[in-house]
Amino acid sequence: MASTTHIADVLRRRNNRSFFERLAGGDEIAYSITLIAAVAILAIVALIVLELWTHSTPTVKTFGFGFLTSSAWDPNSGKFGALPFIYGTCLTSFLALLIAVPLGVAASVFLAEMAPPKLSDVLTFLIELLAAVPSVIYGLIGIFILVPAIRDYLVQPLKAVFGFLPIFQGDFYGLSFLSAGIVLSIMVVPFIISVSREVLLAVPTELREAALALGATKWEATWQIVLPAASTGIIGSAFLALARALGETMAVTMVVGNTPKITASLLSPGYSIAAVIANEFAEASGDLYVSSLIFLGLVLFGLTIVINALARILILTTTRRGMK
Amino acid sequence: MTLEISPRRRVINFVMLSLSGVCTVLVIAVLFFILGYLFVHGARSLNWNFFTKLPKPAGETGGGMANAIVGSGKVLLLATVVGVPVGFLAGVYLAEYSGKTFAFVIRYVVDLLNGVPSIVIGIVGYALVVRPMHHYSTLAGGIALGIMMIPIAVRTTEEFLRAVPNSMREGAMALGATKAQTVFTVVVPAAASGLMSGMMLNLARVAGETAPLLFTALGNMFWSKGWLAPIATLPVMIYNYAIAPDEDLHQQAWAAGFVLLLLILVVNVTARMIIARGPASSRR
Amino acid sequence: MLVATQGQPVLNPAASLPAQAPAPKTQPASKLIARNINFHYGSFQALHDISLEIPTHRITAFIGPSGCGKSTFLRTMNRMNETLRNTHVDGELLLDGENLLTLDVTDVRRRVGMVFQKSNPFAKTIFDNVAYGLRVNGIRKKSIIDEAVERSLTHAALWSEVKDKLQKPASALSGGQQQRLCIARALAVEPEVLLLDEPCSALDPIATLKIEELLFQLKEMTTIVIVTHNMQQAARLADRTGFFLLGRLIELDDTRRIFQNPGKKETEDYVTGRFG
Ligand SMILES: Nc1ncnc2c1ncn2[C@@H]1O[C@H](COP(=O)(O)OP(=O)(O)OP(=O)(O)O)[C@@H](O)[C@H]1O
Ligand SMILES: [Mg+2]
Repeated sequence: MASTTHIADVLRRRNNRSFFERLAGGDEIAYSITLIAAVAILAIVALIVLELWTHSTPTVKTFGFGFLTSSAWDPNSGKFGALPFIYGTCLTSFLALLIAVPLGVAASVFLAEMAPPKLSDVLTFLIELLAAVPSVIYGLIGIFILVPAIRDYLVQPLKAVFGFLPIFQGDFYGLSFLSAGIVLSIMVVPFIISVSREVLLAVPTELREAALALGATKWEATWQIVLPAASTGIIGSAFLALARALGETMAVTMVVGNTPKITASLLSPGYSIAAVIANEFAEASGDLYVSSLIFLGLVLFGLTIVINALARILILTTTRRGMK
Repeated sequence: MTLEISPRRRVINFVMLSLSGVCTVLVIAVLFFILGYLFVHGARSLNWNFFTKLPKPAGETGGGMANAIVGSGKVLLLATVVGVPVGFLAGVYLAEYSGKTFAFVIRYVVDLLNGVPSIVIGIVGYALVVRPMHHYSTLAGGIALGIMMIPIAVRTTEEFLRAVPNSMREGAMALGATKAQTVFTVVVPAAASGLMSGMMLNLARVAGETAPLLFTALGNMFWSKGWLAPIATLPVMIYNYAIAPDEDLHQQAWAAGFVLLLLILVVNVTARMIIARGPASSRR
Repeated sequence: MLVATQGQPVLNPAASLPAQAPAPKTQPASKLIARNINFHYGSFQALHDISLEIPTHRITAFIGPSGCGKSTFLRTMNRMNETLRNTHVDGELLLDGENLLTLDVTDVRRRVGMVFQKSNPFAKTIFDNVAYGLRVNGIRKKSIIDEAVERSLTHAALWSEVKDKLQKPASALSGGQQQRLCIARALAVEPEVLLLDEPCSALDPIATLKIEELLFQLKEMTTIVIVTHNMQQAARLADRTGFFLLGRLIELDDTRRIFQNPGKKETEDYVTGRFG
């Protein structure tokens, strides 16, 4: 090693880099670029809100907040009211939760409390894969499998037993609030299961053991101790599912029937905010029509933001508390 | 004396526990029945024309979705170009540079963006791109999906960079590396496999999005030239064909659903496996 | 290991001093001089008024009970603590007469290398790990890098073990090899001072012995400061030993003196195992 290069000598010549040399070395540039990206996201969200707001001003000016409570929707005569859509969105989402929450929570109790960990992991993996199925595919399945199945196997028994209730009166043609609610429930169940399971797993083991040591049965320990400890997080998972259901477009559009109607009957066709935008936006003519659709978009946006924020707060409080 | 568990409590215990097991089985069975049906029915409707032919005009049977397959590819490419760099860099900012308060704000806004309904993103794409340019385009669709990719890109990046042990950063800085060199030549490569998988999951997620494309990319019965013309995509085709009153189109919708879902599931399984055993995973 | 060394007093420290490590006759020039260093983590003061000198081409060891500030002081010497939020240092640290607290920080870290308690190879190949310091410091020429990598690995007594698998990931090496790789990586940029924070604490006795032999040879090339919990290790290796207690430097003297007749009561208690 006679001709050894002295690295230290080579390096020493580079010492005392000035600000500009370091700039060329990328330190400040890298920092600025990442900062710009982060700020860009803020800007994008601000832009979304701004666009929605400015484009919905014609409607706000014309109808004021009466838009939200009016149920007239007649583009030809220039009458726009949001109520049937808000009603449909809320009703279908509520139906979805009604079905999905009990099922999902029960399944998550099984996965977190009873199934052997290996089995639980595999099943959870599969269930989470199902959350990756696109909504248009649920819509496809809804139209061709679920709606016929509901018509053939579910509606008759329901009518026979509960036919006296207004919610099960009237004729059933397939596309309906009920169909949309059922398809939505299938879509959101994976979310409820995977979040609730996390929350349950975050409940400290000592709690369970303490209950069991006092002579409680497995079910009593779960029902009286574990579930209450996890309740906030589970409610959070339901809210998360609710936010999904409210904003869900394709599956609902494909099975809800697309008729702006407010009726108590779940068997009747209806509409939803997302569905009306999906169906009519591309063909909407006239400022007021477009603006009304965009205002509906803004309403939906606000609704999901509030629900999402609630969900996050609820889930965070339990998982945090559980970790201590 | 021993406290006996009464038979009643035993029965309740047994019934309730079984019930929760039954619910799990029910959920999984329904879901898998549905997907199984899609796979069987979709695969049966699939043929070579599907991949090579253009759609036939209304009323004629036959034809395929070659243009929609390429179209989905183009839109997703554009979405990646738009969404991933912004999301990645912002994720780097959160993981490596930011202070507490500002990071909190950004994380909050990212969550917010993640929760925006996809149809609303469609409206935004329309208002930002379609309206000013006066026509539907690949560009508009790509931008809409790109915006949808940002939140997951940010979160994935932040998570995987945080999983890189701090000792690696210190090791690099102890050699005279600057902060930027440390981040981009040591930390990011150490997280590379996780980051790639995360981005794949992200792409798979938007690959099935339909609503944001309805009035941005719109659709097209023919090949779409360049980036400024309306373009066909698989999810929009599935939607249009599914609601069309034509048995032949329904078959094609099944076939397209099958192809789309297969792609998405394959990407998901692969990516999740890579993450599960990757060196940057927090398990090690 | 910790229990063994602290539990049993070193009965005859002189016996464990190797013959080939004579205490230096004439005190050489000081490479590093600390003057009145105070260090704070937020409002907690971890170092109190530390002043000392580190002689060139010698091994200086720091010993002391856990939490006494050894690592903190070591990390102040290459300004690693600056990467933590909310820390504050005052005083002077002279590297060849210049206050390194005012120099360009990346240069300081290049000149004052560091090896950590837990080996921390990058997720790169063995070769790229060693070449990393050169590359980030702007050396691009392949011939120089190749040569330096081989030389560093040789100095770290690792070359013969890895020369056929330089393109393998560093994570494939054993724990001891990984630690020597980290030493090689630090040596590649030819640091003037090499700081080691308990470099052997995660290693078995054989790997430890290898590293000790290595350090003994390396003092020809560079100035070494090592933190150790193992008093025999300090006795075997170091020319000078400093004893820290509760954020203060109690005394720093020739290793022989520290272990045979220390000047301070606290030091004696600690090295004879009567501490606490
Ligand atoms: N990042 C930090 N933030 C706050 N306090 C710290 C931090 N690191 C160390 N300390 C505190 O500073 C004191 C000195 O810690 P230091 O790590 O220097 O001790 P040490 O002598 O190296 O101990 P050990 O032998 O266990 O490694 C301790 O009281 C420790 O709790
Ligand atoms: Mg230490």
